[in-house]
Amino acid sequence: MSNDLLSQITASLVDGDPELTVSLTRQAMQAGMEPLIIIEGGLVPGMDIVGDKFSKGEYFLPHLIISAGGMQQAMELLEPELRARSQQMKISGKVVIGTVQGDIHEIGKSLVGTMLSAAGFQVYDLGVDVPAEAFIAKIKETGAELVGLSALLTTTMVVQKEIIEALTSAGLRDHIKVIVGGAPVTRSWAAEIGADGYAEDAIEAVQLASRLVTA
Amino acid sequence: MTKIIKSISDPKIRLDILSDEDIQQIHAATLEVIETIGVRFPSLKALEIFSAHGAHIDPAKKIARIPAHVIESALAKAPPTYDLAALDPDLDLPLDGNHSYLATDGCGVEIIDPFSGELRRSTKQDVADIARVADYLEEISFHWVALSAQDCPAESRSLHELEAIWNVSRKHVQTETIVTEPEMRAAIEMAAALAGGRAELRKRPLLSITQCTTSPLGQDGGSLDAGLLAAEAGLPVGFMTMSSAASTGPATLAGTLVVGNAEVLAALALMELAYPGCPVYYAAAQTATDLRTGAYTGGGPADFLFGAATNVLANYYNVPLSMGAFATGAKEPDWQAAVDNSLSAFMAVSTLSDMLLGAGLLHGSRIFSFEQLLMDCEIWSLLQAMFKGIPVNQDTLALEAIRQVGPGGNFLGSRHTLKNMHALWQPTLMDRRPYSTWEGKRDGARQWAGEKAGQVLHEYHPEPLDQKLGDELKRIIASLEGEIRG
Repeated sequence: MSNDLLSQITASLVDGDPELTVSLTRQAMQAGMEPLIIIEGGLVPGMDIVGDKFSKGEYFLPHLIISAGGMQQAMELLEPELRARSQQMKISGKVVIGTVQGDIHEIGKSLVGTMLSAAGFQVYDLGVDVPAEAFIAKIKETGAELVGLSALLTTTMVVQKEIIEALTSAGLRDHIKVIVGGAPVTRSWAAEIGADGYAEDAIEAVQLASRLVTA
Repeated sequence: MTKIIKSISDPKIRLDILSDEDIQQIHAATLEVIETIGVRFPSLKALEIFSAHGAHIDPAKKIARIPAHVIESALAKAPPTYDLAALDPDLDLPLDGNHSYLATDGCGVEIIDPFSGELRRSTKQDVADIARVADYLEEISFHWVALSAQDCPAESRSLHELEAIWNVSRKHVQTETIVTEPEMRAAIEMAAALAGGRAELRKRPLLSITQCTTSPLGQDGGSLDAGLLAAEAGLPVGFMTMSSAASTGPATLAGTLVVGNAEVLAALALMELAYPGCPVYYAAAQTATDLRTGAYTGGGPADFLFGAATNVLANYYNVPLSMGAFATGAKEPDWQAAVDNSLSAFMAVSTLSDMLLGAGLLHGSRIFSFEQLLMDCEIWSLLQAMFKGIPVNQDTLALEAIRQVGPGGNFLGSRHTLKNMHALWQPTLMDRRPYSTWEGKRDGARQWAGEKAGQVLHEYHPEPLDQKLGDELKRIIASLEGEIRG
């Protein structure tokens, strides 16, 4: 019975039905199933299958985003239960992300956030038009290992550089990896401003983040 | 300096892409979106203007829900036709609904260096070099700022870009990089200096201003405020949607048209509410999202269809259109670039879109290539020949020549051929040489385009801008930079 519920949770993620994922997760909790079992036996296998189908070209980006949304909502239900048991889901790392000050472009940055969450990162998304001080405060508060700076304008790309300088002034630069992205951003720009990495899309960003936190 | 503009007019090929009923449905859906869902206008000025005209404002979210009749009556005030003025009046561009004009594309960040072939970050000198080549090319009717002058300070970069172009070319300039009020004030001052005062500039707008919307259903505050200043000065102002099906627009093409239409109409209505009768234009470069990476694609059937359909909408609203065409997603001037840019330009011209942007950029408007610019001009020249269609009259029917040559003869030696052959299109980059000639050299369009660009860069030096005016432009830019640095 419980195994059946877990495989249904897995299937709901693979089918891209977040409402079903949430209601099945609730059902499993009510049936007294341990939160870690629900996560590791139901949710994680579902995301693995979705990721696998994507890499084979069977699934597209919207599949990933919708399944990741289902996973996220299910986790919101499960997290209080985990805390109550002093348990934690294994996380890949902590990442602070945001679109830099002067820039209000949100979609690319949020996409990266969603994909990082789905890959097991704890993501602190500061939104758009974020000043250097806000990045610094959040990094100090969370002890994040990674920060992602997004800019879509040629005129706000320079703010990525300013934020890296501010991280250095704040004495944080040695403790944090900086990744940059956005349509006008290039690998050479990333190198020039002393970022630790650049990714052209959200998939590459996850690979980059995983590489940097294990480096 | 070229005195000829190769535009396309009186096209003999017409495309029927949206029926009257389709347009009515798109229009009704758009008005419903604007009135019931609203569009985000993060500008105090904009929200006050809408509020004064009866729109419902959500001040926290900065969303304006604007009644349909307000949008419709505001748009009715927009002039249907006007001229884009050039420093040289012979190069003025009448936006009369019967011309398609080609411009360079913008605003990229890297260039394939014309001499070393190296890919590198763009500078002000690149903007000037591209402007010089674009000035030389008859196919290019007006300038867009093709590349960002990234070696100039961010707060005055857009002005350096204008200066770089005006120093070397007398064609009209349309820029899309002025997104703050201080820069717009300075740009108006620069254009007024060239036109001979603010009143003259209003009569002869040497500069037109494109602002981008932020899809879905949003605007940028700085762009709105800058756009309002431009409208006040009488510069033509356009708002460009780049709504991308399946990410910043719905996955359906009609839905993406509606989202973009709502953004553009609401912004143009704002301009007309603030300055009734000011010249405005519709601007668009919609595409479909790449489903594997989420990227803006540039190219593909959705792009091409939007290229044709958007002018049908702009015509319905009786305003000119500035349309992103060409602008391939290809990384190099290659097969993909040729397919993308040929079909995209063909479709946009088939509904006679007024202004076409896109010559010269690769990788979804990020990388400039002189080779691509020359190749795009060849595509344009091909289209120009095609859209003339097949004229049928006594002379073209050529009965007399056919009688003279008769069965088994040939027309190469006929006087009728001598008289009419120049109407047959001649390539400059297409390879029609004998196979053995090609085999000996194994070169082709890309090399020839590169050589031609290099030659123009070396040899073509148009009469520079009058020294005093040039100094005045520099002074205006320096003054803004001084103010900012305090």
